[in-house]
Amino acid sequence: MAEITIDGLRLEVERGTTVIQAADQLGIEIPRYCYHPGLSIVGQCRICLVEIERMPKLQVACHTPATDGMVVHTNSDKVLEARRAVLEFLLVNHPLDCPVCDQAGECWLQNYYMQHGQHDSQVVVDKVKKHKAQPIGPNVMLDSERCILCTRCVRFCDEVTATHELGIFNRGDHSELAPYPGVELANNYSGNTVDICPVGALTDRDFRFKTRVWYLNETPSICPGCSTGCNIVIHHNDERTYKADGARVARLKPRYNAEVNQWWMCDTGRYGFDFVDAESRLLRPRKRLGSELEILSWRKAMQAVAMAISETVRKYGPDSVAVVLSPQMANEDLFLGRELFSNLIGLANLAFEVPKLEPEEGDALLMTADRNPNSKGGWLLGLPHHHEVSLATLLQVAREKEVRGLYICHHDLGQAVADKELEAAFSQLDFLIFQGSNSNMVSEKADYVLPSTTFAERDGTFTSHAGRVQRFCQAVAPLGDSKPDWLIFKSLAKALGHAMPYFEAEDVFAALADEEAAFAGLDYGSIGESGAQLSPGAETKTPAKTKERESFF
Amino acid sequence: MNVHDKHKPLTWWEKTYLPGVLAGLWLTTRHFVRNMFAHTLRALGMDVKWLGSVTIQYPEFIRPLFPRLRTHHRLTKRDDGSPRCVACMMCETVCPAKCIYIIAEEKPDAPDIEKIPKSFDIDLGLCIFCGYCVEACPEDAIRMDTGILEISSYGRKGMMRDMQTMLALEPKSKRYVEFDDEGDVVSEPFVEDLD
Repeated sequence: MAEITIDGLRLEVERGTTVIQAADQLGIEIPRYCYHPGLSIVGQCRICLVEIERMPKLQVACHTPATDGMVVHTNSDKVLEARRAVLEFLLVNHPLDCPVCDQAGECWLQNYYMQHGQHDSQVVVDKVKKHKAQPIGPNVMLDSERCILCTRCVRFCDEVTATHELGIFNRGDHSELAPYPGVELANNYSGNTVDICPVGALTDRDFRFKTRVWYLNETPSICPGCSTGCNIVIHHNDERTYKADGARVARLKPRYNAEVNQWWMCDTGRYGFDFVDAESRLLRPRKRLGSELEILSWRKAMQAVAMAISETVRKYGPDSVAVVLSPQMANEDLFLGRELFSNLIGLANLAFEVPKLEPEEGDALLMTADRNPNSKGGWLLGLPHHHEVSLATLLQVAREKEVRGLYICHHDLGQAVADKELEAAFSQLDFLIFQGSNSNMVSEKADYVLPSTTFAERDGTFTSHAGRVQRFCQAVAPLGDSKPDWLIFKSLAKALGHAMPYFEAEDVFAALADEEAAFAGLDYGSIGESGAQLSPGAETKTPAKTKERESFF
Repeated sequence: MNVHDKHKPLTWWEKTYLPGVLAGLWLTTRHFVRNMFAHTLRALGMDVKWLGSVTIQYPEFIRPLFPRLRTHHRLTKRDDGSPRCVACMMCETVCPAKCIYIIAEEKPDAPDIEKIPKSFDIDLGLCIFCGYCVEACPEDAIRMDTGILEISSYGRKGMMRDMQTMLALEPKSKRYVEFDDEGDVVSEPFVEDLD
């Protein structure tokens, strides 16, 4: 242990801690460009110079280990003068095209210049011209002139993804960041280089010129792209709705969580939010009459659906209606879905997972092969694995008219079963209900369509594959008449004559935590922003379908 | 003046209101006589030094505008006729009335210019003519020197101005006052040439 004093504050730190890390622990901000806690230390940018007593020269805070009795000053005149000088050097060849730079507003050259620089340039020579606006991969745009050569992106590709696409070429003030010849920055984590780039050298091609960053609001959320549950921030544009063709969600950024994704997220998740504002969103409850579509009010839709289900169950018994919930749904939805269909109506066939025809692949970093955010949550709630109740069996019994009604949530079955099989099964059904956010081949065929919200438009929790319950928050208003899935289940229960005492997703979770041992003791407060890890033994649970049935018809 | 003086009690002489009434009558009569004489003498073709009060018969006559007056916006152009605007959205950000709507796009095949406005709309029905947009612009791409004051329409949509409209506008120098060497205004109210 070493006791270090920074700006008069004392701190005990582990041996090997650097001054900048100790300052971060104390909440003292030392400017940095090249230092990133997730990458190796190079001491390249020199902006983090601090004054250490009994050392004749200023030292870089990122590369100087804290030693016992060290006294550091981060704001002395000498330090501020050095920062001004470093900023002046960094700006020698910087093009200052902030008006057209997407980084403006979250640029650390701008920020530190406003804090420390504010001087007129003393440079009389012309700026060195370099390459501008080069697409160096599917997601990243490089502007070499803006680069300050901090090498964060180079180290990211070397150390985190180990794909080694980027390097610094040439010498002196002609040094230039570029991908190696013939190589594209096409790894599935390339978007992170944009996040860690402190200036506008690497910018997002997807986000390019869509809006300006200061128009965006931020809401903490969880990536719905796979079962890892990376912590993210949704950047959404609430006021200037005419930008970016009316898309409200502008971009997703990773949110630091030491236990899950650290600072990173994959490109599949990062750019996989299009569906939130897509044309294909289902906006109103509707009913199919032959080839006609009739828009219904929620009240009428719920009555019609409740009638269809209860009639079929009354005529043919509780085995005659099958429900396929989805691992895309939050814990709250799955819990209420189970309550409604399994415990209240007493349906026997309750499925949840539908494996795709062509399984996805995961990678060694963050992305898993299971592209659903909440499979684990479903298992913990006792919903059957796909090998216990499979879609193929459901369709089989549908063809044989044992199942007469299907209620499918979210799944695009076209990706899971051959079209012919689906057609054959659907044609035998008395009714097909689809509940989901975006249209797909099931919603096209469905007799009733119930529009649900996306993850960005509601509160809820997902359980990651590692058994971590994490909250996501509502960023934007539900599109059209869409409702959160749990609220649809609540309305349906009401139409069937059962009042459920839930008014917020939080209420549903409280009931869930009361009932399920695995989630015992949790609430939205204790889950917080970084999630709550479930104990490892909490996975076994009697499947819902073996529960004692109480039919209320 | 101390605020308490406002409540100073009136003297007896003031309470009669006679001094106030007489002072007012004197002022009115003076202006009446002066204007009548001045205008009569001028109508007879005599050059009188003191002018009578002037009513400009707008809109037949237009009063020359002062150069600092902020009028209808225009967008300036580069030499090749394309807009100078780079869609940085500074004006849109600073606008207190939120009446500027810019949608940016990438300029294809232009090495020097990356970003251009796809559309640039101003809702003059909301605009408060504060001129912040002109101040904020880093490219001198927007100015309020068209001299156009007469902005009206039969509906709200008619108050919208798009990029092409504002690019086509020119500074109307002849609407503005001219000064002589001593800085005095030499322009007279004029009849506008309606083209």
